[in-house]
Amino acid sequence: MVEPLLFVVMAIAALAGAVTVVVAQNPIYSAIGLLGTLFSVAVLYVIQLAHFVAAVQVIVYAGAVMTLFLFVIMLIGVDKSESTEENLPMQRVWVGVLAVAVILFAGGLTLTGNFEWVVPEPVETISGALISGEPVNGTIQAIAEPLFTDWVLAFEATALLLTIAAAGAIALAHFRRKGV
Amino acid sequence: MVPDGWYMGLAAALFLIGALGILLRRNALVMFMCVELMLNAVNLTLISAGRALNDLDGQVAVFFILVVAAAEVVVGLAIMVAIFRRRSTASVDELSDLRG
Repeated sequence: MVEPLLFVVMAIAALAGAVTVVVAQNPIYSAIGLLGTLFSVAVLYVIQLAHFVAAVQVIVYAGAVMTLFLFVIMLIGVDKSESTEENLPMQRVWVGVLAVAVILFAGGLTLTGNFEWVVPEPVETISGALISGEPVNGTIQAIAEPLFTDWVLAFEATALLLTIAAAGAIALAHFRRKGV
Repeated sequence: MVPDGWYMGLAAALFLIGALGILLRRNALVMFMCVELMLNAVNLTLISAGRALNDLDGQVAVFFILVVAAAEVVVGLAIMVAIFRRRSTASVDELSDLRG
């Protein structure tokens, strides 16, 4: 009973935040809407027992990334005079067509409820024990095991990527035109 | 228990809103936020599918996506600040030098 209730409340909050991101004229409101969506999605992760990912979502996304966004919005200045004229011909029409197509596709897929491909069957392991159909619990220990065994190469690659990104950001920030 | 299809439907809706934002808005910062919205929608599908399949790899994949998205935000915002310093605008309509 708790899960459907939480799902409905958090889904509405996430959708409201997402709509705010798109329609708000002031980028600050967009950032606040995105923050609400990120928090709601984090709660949805907790409902699905992804505790560690939910914590990372709040710390990294809602904490670090949103701070960076707000900082840059303040730095660049809030420009409310965004023109609503469309320069690309037929763009609005194609946007509408795309929206209708995606809504029909996703709605049909959701309503038909044909998700048999994701129903887990109890699996027999080599030792003969049956793995039950209980959902996996995403604690730090549970995540760390595949992370540092199967995915260790990807883990090191992301470490390298983060270093490169930090160096690149500093290089871009130091960029100056000659003579300025 | 909420059916997995509901999570997939919510993720599809979030992704659609993000895509519409990219197509309709001009402010580069808002477009960037819409990219984050779409990334989050995909993360939600990965978590739901991971739970439904009883597999932790979905959550590991989301962890990696979070890291890559953080790196992307850092570089993207640095580029945006650098462009703003030169051109004093954050509107993508005025940054059309590469248009054929």
